[in-house]
Amino acid sequence: MAEKIIGTDIAPQDLVAKITGRAKYAEDFRADGMVFAKLLLSPMPHARVRGVDTTRALAMPGVIDILRADEVRQIEGRPGEASLTDEPLYEGQPILAVAAETEEQAAAAIEAIDVDFEPLPFVLDPLDSLRPNGPNAYTGGNRFGGGEFSELKWTDADFEEIEAGRMPNGEAAVEWTKGDIDTAFSESDLVLEESIVHQSLTHHPMEPRSAMMYWENGKLHAFVSTQSAQRTKYAIAGTLNIDPEDVILVAEYCGGGFGSKISGNTHMEVPAVFSRKIGRPVMLRITRYEENYIGRARPGFQSWLKMGFLADGTCNAIDLYIVQESGPFGAGDFNTAGMIADLVYTPQNMRFRGIAMYTNTPPKAAQRGPGGAQIVIMMEPILEKAARELGLDRLEVHLKNAPDADVGFGPRNSTLTSVYAKEALEKGAEIFDWAGKQELSGRREGSKVTGIGIGLSPYTAGSRGYDGLMVIRPDGKLHIHQGLGNLGTHSIMDTARPAAEILNLNWDQVELVWGDSSRGMPRSSVQAGSQTTHAHSRANHAAGMDARAKVLEVAAQTLGGSPSNYDMDNGRVFRRGGGASMTFAQVAERAIELGGKYDGHELPDNIHATTVPAANMLAGQGLMGVARDNYGGSGGVYSWVAGFALVELDEETGVVDIKEYVAVTDCGTVLHPRSLGAQVLGGSVQGMGQAMTQRWVFDPKWGVPFANRLYTARPPGILDVPLDMKADAVGIPDPQTPVGAKGIGEPPVGAGGAALTSAVADAMGGHCLCRTPLTPDIILMELEGLKQPFHLEQHIG
Amino acid sequence: MGEAESVGLLETKYSRRKFIKGVIAVGATASSAGYFIGGSGLLGAQSPGTAERLITLTINGQQRRVDVLPNETLAMTLRYRLNLTGTKLGCDRAECGACTVLVDGVNQYGCSMLTNQVRGSSITTIEGLENPDTGELSLVQQAVIDEGGFQCAFCAPGFIMSMTAMVNENPNPTRAEAAHALSGNLCRCGDYDKILNCAMRAAELARSV
Repeated sequence: MAEKIIGTDIAPQDLVAKITGRAKYAEDFRADGMVFAKLLLSPMPHARVRGVDTTRALAMPGVIDILRADEVRQIEGRPGEASLTDEPLYEGQPILAVAAETEEQAAAAIEAIDVDFEPLPFVLDPLDSLRPNGPNAYTGGNRFGGGEFSELKWTDADFEEIEAGRMPNGEAAVEWTKGDIDTAFSESDLVLEESIVHQSLTHHPMEPRSAMMYWENGKLHAFVSTQSAQRTKYAIAGTLNIDPEDVILVAEYCGGGFGSKISGNTHMEVPAVFSRKIGRPVMLRITRYEENYIGRARPGFQSWLKMGFLADGTCNAIDLYIVQESGPFGAGDFNTAGMIADLVYTPQNMRFRGIAMYTNTPPKAAQRGPGGAQIVIMMEPILEKAARELGLDRLEVHLKNAPDADVGFGPRNSTLTSVYAKEALEKGAEIFDWAGKQELSGRREGSKVTGIGIGLSPYTAGSRGYDGLMVIRPDGKLHIHQGLGNLGTHSIMDTARPAAEILNLNWDQVELVWGDSSRGMPRSSVQAGSQTTHAHSRANHAAGMDARAKVLEVAAQTLGGSPSNYDMDNGRVFRRGGGASMTFAQVAERAIELGGKYDGHELPDNIHATTVPAANMLAGQGLMGVARDNYGGSGGVYSWVAGFALVELDEETGVVDIKEYVAVTDCGTVLHPRSLGAQVLGGSVQGMGQAMTQRWVFDPKWGVPFANRLYTARPPGILDVPLDMKADAVGIPDPQTPVGAKGIGEPPVGAGGAALTSAVADAMGGHCLCRTPLTPDIILMELEGLKQPFHLEQHIG
Repeated sequence: MGEAESVGLLETKYSRRKFIKGVIAVGATASSAGYFIGGSGLLGAQSPGTAERLITLTINGQQRRVDVLPNETLAMTLRYRLNLTGTKLGCDRAECGACTVLVDGVNQYGCSMLTNQVRGSSITTIEGLENPDTGELSLVQQAVIDEGGFQCAFCAPGFIMSMTAMVNENPNPTRAEAAHALSGNLCRCGDYDKILNCAMRAAELARSV
């Protein structure tokens, strides 16, 4: 019998390459004649380029050419990002690029370019843009709708409310309600109202978004750092307006993205266009400093929240208003945050209002759990306070309010395929010993106070309808072609497991093909929103079933009888009950002889058009399994993580030491336990950084971000997290997907961060410090009863 | 939160101060930080070399003759002159440890040492850990396989070099001591729990040799 593959720990096939230095990331590729490009970054947050003098630079040794904004794609008349611009909308936005024989020559030439900038008004804080006569991020206004810029300002009366710490009634861009919040609040036994603030923070993947590109035979060879692969190829082709089959994408490894490198990133255009212009391979090496600017950030929130509870802990009503700091090009986090608030606390009565304001800060993008992570991190301290005032246990309050599978949430009453949030809470509470740790809550030793906390975090975890593509070759092995990016989640390997099991193969009989579009990639999801595990375990399941059926048919046609007379195991198809058999190597050769659908010369009608070129490329090479995921399903796919933390808060220093952490997930069937644990704990650690260690600081006078590097905007280090953390899974399959697996990337971030903010609130005796980051200065200000700065940019230490 | 900063070994054995002094002595930093501080890697086609610039380095047990500029960092020499691209650049400013290599057995940031300062030293990079005759993985590498270590793994070469230094110095660490030994390396995926499992497994393998 072939071994069991789903649910076992198998070291990923790419691991040896990763730990011997053989794995090539984008900046590790070289090409003959390669030159280096450097970017000139805007020194101001909003400006217009009046003139550029490149005379001195072009005369310098080694300098080849300069690429200007008018040579790249520009998006006119609406907020849209160009790779180079003459109207920078944030400090650090690239203005032009220089190519030179050496990187130092390019850098020296940048210094010799004289740019005449006309400074323009700028805004960092969305509330400033909403103030009467406040500045706008764009010359034409602060919002975009109906095809044009306009201006939205709140009134002086709105700002009087804000300054008094009350919920404003300024005009919102988005509003939805369910139930009757006024009645519900009047009937509530406890109503809490808080202003809540979440910072904006950069993604800072370890690998900056460097890229090397050249053109050969009319095709672009692009060596890039990207979360996805097949979809990135199409994104690059779209930016350059060329035939996707003229892009050869090489993206074998990606040193992290976390939402900042979903497919084609804007600045990939620079080496693509520049190398075409000068006829030389161009390496655009992005430094950490540059990554801070162009590498994306999570949007910040300034919000007001009113929550009503019944005496038994039932969350009766939520009134939530979010003002989002969107950067120059927008982001959708605030809408998701409203949905997630409804999903986690299931009030029967809710009003959500939100407005996203353009700001002249580095661009925003999805960051692991976009919107969801922010809102649970900010709301959890309020739940702590409510439980304390009602004399209830937080676990009970969560269990009372957490949804079941019949939940309907958000403005469209969205439904879900499965929900095991309560099971995750209960299992986590057991491992953490939540009941036993109650007595530690508030324990004081010297200046240190212990706090315990819970975070419950859901997020999207699946999509449907992509294609699987695989070939059993005459080497007898199953070659599974993955169009996925290799971003550290091991999903290239783990979503292939169902196909191996369907064909009763051992794992060493499977070869994975990825990272090079010239080897054939089927239509794939982007590696974002935790879709991949769900989407591609399904797609590979479908293609595996197709391959299985074809193997049985080939056996029957070759050896006689009908397909149902045959079975397969360990790379051999055989007649049930003994008799004739064939190896998969023989099946592959026979499939090539038979042709037609067997070797991929005839393809199913329903596969995506973008799978067809890849399948055509592989036709005739063996027995092809190719199919679209038609398994269907109704409702959204969400996974959950319940996090539990124990902290010690030092009231003398404001430092919070995280002593213990446990996280349990509901993400359906577990494909790869060890990798799942890494996703759950790693994501939780990122959430801890979001809640406590990373901090972006702006100078409000000049609009310049400080804390631009890893040391100053600091992700957690190994000494910042508990020495032993525990992760586990509920492990109940999702009923609507054949493999039962849901994704996991997003929800741990909110769980890790919220368990911390909840534990800090507990250590502070139910004091609601609903803001991030909880750095020592912010905690000390609160302990000393000082007024907290509300504005995002005033996080200046 | 850890109050100790994660500079660790670098502070005592090879300080940033020494690096900066070295940079000042040769005029400008030649790393890759960016034009705003007047420095960048001296990469690609070279300006004509001089006899003094051609130096001998001992890397992974091999003598390598390289034409090195006076202000060039070790990480740049490894990556762009010797094509040893396993040594990664995550920050180029001693913040992340992705460029960690062993210099005479001590883990050091390759981005923060001038190549000229390691003449006469023995350098080991991630490419030099496997047994050169058999191709067998080092015991630290084997420990990472055993524990299924790392996610995106851009930090992995640096961590593995620090783990190698750790097991050589202290093959019997507590989990806390292992964390301290690795505190000069940053993993943005936050995979510290599994990284510590790898380090403890490596120590276990080292003890059984």
